[in-house]
Amino acid sequence: MALIEAQSVSKQFGDRLAVDDITLRVSRGLCFGLLGPNGAGKTTTLRMLYGVTRPTSGSVRVFGIDIAREPRRVRARLGVTLQQNVLIESLSPRENLRVFGRYHLLREPALSHRADELIDFLELRSHATVPVVHLSGGFQRRLAIALSLMNRPELLILDEPTTGLDPAVRIALWSRVRELRAQGTTVLVTTHYMDEAQRLCDRVAIMAAGKIIEEGAPDELIAAHLAHEAVEFDCSPEEEHALLDASATSAPRVRVGRRLMLYLPNATALAARIRQADPQDLRSLVVRPTNLEDVFLSLTGSNLEGPV
Amino acid sequence: MSCSLPHALSVWQRNLAMYRRTWMWNILPNFFEPVLYLASIGIGVGGYINQIGGTSYLHFLAPGLLCVAAMNGASFEVTYNIYVRLNFEKAYDAMLTTPVEPEDVLVGEILWAVTRACIYGGCFLIVIALFGLVPVLSAVLVMPIIPLTGLLFAAMGIAFTLRIPNIDLFSFYFTLFLTPLFLFSDIFFPLKERLVGAWLWVAEILPLLHPVRMARAAFRGDAAPLLLWDLAYVLGLSGLLLAWARRSVRQRLTS
Repeated sequence: MALIEAQSVSKQFGDRLAVDDITLRVSRGLCFGLLGPNGAGKTTTLRMLYGVTRPTSGSVRVFGIDIAREPRRVRARLGVTLQQNVLIESLSPRENLRVFGRYHLLREPALSHRADELIDFLELRSHATVPVVHLSGGFQRRLAIALSLMNRPELLILDEPTTGLDPAVRIALWSRVRELRAQGTTVLVTTHYMDEAQRLCDRVAIMAAGKIIEEGAPDELIAAHLAHEAVEFDCSPEEEHALLDASATSAPRVRVGRRLMLYLPNATALAARIRQADPQDLRSLVVRPTNLEDVFLSLTGSNLEGPV
Repeated sequence: MSCSLPHALSVWQRNLAMYRRTWMWNILPNFFEPVLYLASIGIGVGGYINQIGGTSYLHFLAPGLLCVAAMNGASFEVTYNIYVRLNFEKAYDAMLTTPVEPEDVLVGEILWAVTRACIYGGCFLIVIALFGLVPVLSAVLVMPIIPLTGLLFAAMGIAFTLRIPNIDLFSFYFTLFLTPLFLFSDIFFPLKERLVGAWLWVAEILPLLHPVRMARAAFRGDAAPLLLWDLAYVLGLSGLLLAWARRSVRQRLTS
């Protein structure tokens, strides 16, 4: 049985169809990524999964329980880190954890014990008694994640967990998430960082304009959609034809502004040809392995930040 | 979904945890305010008045101002503070990721507003006891009226807060609603000696009038059938407003 089962779920806000008939199954123990640009419907989908937004149609079961009927029972067993940190700024991390633990009806001594465990797990010890308002963004984000772990959730939902964090903090957070997954926690994460999804997720679903347009393991998705080498360089649409040789003219490609990306089984010949035509590398030629971002771009034809 | 009291109390405890950080600064004005009113109006203005409603002006004023303290304590909490938690801090969005439901948020916040009313009112009661304006028995009798006043104004404020589109509208709530209540609810002068005929009936609409009348009766230690109407008004209006707020809070927090 899947831990999350969303069947033909849609959500209409006035005239806008935010989520359009999605079906989603997440197996226990996986790290599952929900990817898509801002406005694709990821957060609305999450809110329907933990029962705060009611689907216009379709049904959601989590842990086999109908969320519409027994939201308290479902939410007792999951944790959610919202996109925006919701912290009490005048209180310390330890006090924030204790306040949040009470929403799950934790009592002393279990309450303080769990708070201390999480202070160690997310490396908050050095600032455990400092008012949150004085903490850096990375500390605040770690505390927000710690809050959602107070009830030892079987399912952890992370909405854009690393947006705006510096690289060291992101990498440290990823390893915490992997550790939780190794302990048996199922993780559902939304992100618009494809590198994050590729490193963290066993499976991903790509959302655009309220629909799930593709789903699978990151490597499988890349293999299924594009050749494994990518060549990217700057050129205008007019220059494009002149620069490419016969082997490349039919290759799948994505254009974002002046940046052109081509996907080939073997990019050596094309790269050599462009180097020859552009010895000073004014076109910033890059040859690299194809990644999830390329799949996303080729599927949606959009860049990740912009509207679809 | 019905309210779960343990979850509502966890919401109440959140506010308590924040209040404990700042209570020293919060509570001091609660003591100064009644002293200032009693000194200026009670003693200052009262010096020109021999007798009003059968007592000295200070004695006349004290029970009304006690209710105002409870009204203010509850009102500040359910207006600006809840608006900020709802729209800026998104505190309720975080609560709703846990087993806490919108009804628990509502009950927890109402309980907290009543608590604040009791803190304000309690401070006021201490001050007027020190002034020698309230005998022990009267103080005991008047105590339940403090949370009742808090409940009424918590319900009114939260019903307003959940429905308004922007924070500026609170200045209307305070200056066009609470301030007139403060001035015309039997606190500074006996309404029944100033109003005639049908106007006396119209005055019965004023929400603050009812707690004030009950408090004054408790101070004097006399009971009248009219007090049952006052009690019914306070409980009935609170109940109606909370039923309305219950629908609003679910609409606002879930969508």
